[in-house]
Amino acid sequence: MHELPATQGMLDVALEAAEAAGATSIQEIHLVIGSLTSIVDDSVQFYFDLLARGTLAEGAILVFHREAARLDCGSCGQTGEVVPPLPRSCPTCESLQLRVTGGDAFRVESLEVDDPDTVASGVETGHLDTRGEHAVQPSLQTEPS
Amino acid sequence: MTSVPVVKEILKANDSVAVENRQYFDRLGVHVFDVMASPGAGKTTVLLETLHRLEAGLRPGVIEGDLASSIDADTIAAQGVPVVQINTGGNCHLDAPMIRSALDHLDVESMDLLFIENVGNLICPSNYKLGHHEAVVVSSVSEGHDKAHKYPGIFAKSDVILVNKWDLAEVFEYDLDFFVQGVRMVNPDVPILPLSAKTGEGFAPWMEWLHARISKPVDAQPALSG
Repeated sequence: MHELPATQGMLDVALEAAEAAGATSIQEIHLVIGSLTSIVDDSVQFYFDLLARGTLAEGAILVFHREAARLDCGSCGQTGEVVPPLPRSCPTCESLQLRVTGGDAFRVESLEVDDPDTVASGVETGHLDTRGEHAVQPSLQTEPS
Repeated sequence: MTSVPVVKEILKANDSVAVENRQYFDRLGVHVFDVMASPGAGKTTVLLETLHRLEAGLRPGVIEGDLASSIDADTIAAQGVPVVQINTGGNCHLDAPMIRSALDHLDVESMDLLFIENVGNLICPSNYKLGHHEAVVVSSVSEGHDKAHKYPGIFAKSDVILVNKWDLAEVFEYDLDFFVQGVRMVNPDVPILPLSAKTGEGFAPWMEWLHARISKPVDAQPALSG
C-alpha cells in the first residue's frame, strides 16, 4: 500500500524534471531503490501505470536500479551486500560484530525524454537507429522481480 | 531521446513539509517524538504510562494516527491530555502534510512536548519524516526477538528502542541478546530499554532518557536527519 504515495512522489519528481527540460514525453525513468526501503518494484509499476495516464510519463518504462545494503564484519573484515532478513552472524567467521549500512536510497536518477529538437533532428538526420538502441536497453536493465 | 539527469529524492515533497513542521516546533519550543511500532506492540499503553510519569509541570500533547476509529485518542483524552486524531483512511503511515493539518487543531504553543503515535506498521512510517526531533520505536516481547533482523529499516532510524511487555519475556523465551545484536548491525549506539507498561518495570531509564531530551533546548538539536 505504501507504494501508492511513493509512486505519486516519484511521478511528480519525474514530471517536474521533464517539464523543466522542455520534454514532450518521458520514455524511461531510472530509479534507485535501496534494499532496506521495502519498496516493491512490481507494486510501483502497478501504481505508475494508473497514475501516469494522461501525463508526459504515460507509457514510460521504469528501470529499477537496486542499491544493496552493505554488510561489514568487524572481526574478519568480510564485506558484501545484504538484503533483509539480516544474518544472525558473519557468514564467514560467525562473529556478531556486524555492521549494515546504506540501502536506504529512494530517488529518481535520470530520465530519457523526447523533446521537439531531438525528435526533429532524429528524423532529419537519420538518428532513428540510435533511438532504436536506446529502446532496447530497458529490457536488459529491468529486473522483473 | 535525450538523457535528463535528475538525482532527486522521491519523498522530497514530504521532507520539505517535515522541515517546515520542525521549524514550527522549534519556534514554539516543543519537543516532538514520533512513536512507531507494529500493531499491538503497546504504543498507546506505553504512552499512557509515560504521560502518568511525566515530571510535574510538563505540558504534553498527543497526535494519534490510525487507519480509522478514535479509540486510542479517546483513551488519551480521558486522561485530560490534549489530543487530535488523524484517520489516514487506509494509508499505512503518517506523513508530514497530515501532521501540518493536525497542528491546526492543537494548541501547540501551550505544550512542552508532543507525542505523535504513528500508524501501527514496521515498514512505511520509517520512510516518512514528520518534523519530529526523536524517533521512538516500541518493539514488544510477544512479537519475537527477530524484528530487527527482519525490518532493519525502522530500527536503523530510531533514537531509542523500547522493548515492551518485558514482564512476559520468560513466557515467550525472548532472547534480548539476539534482538540487541540485530539492532546493533544497523544502529550501533541507540539505547535499547526493556520495560513493561503493565507493571511499570523498567520505566525509570526510559523516563530519564525522555526528560533529558526535553530539558535540552530544542534549537540546539541537530537539523532534521535520517
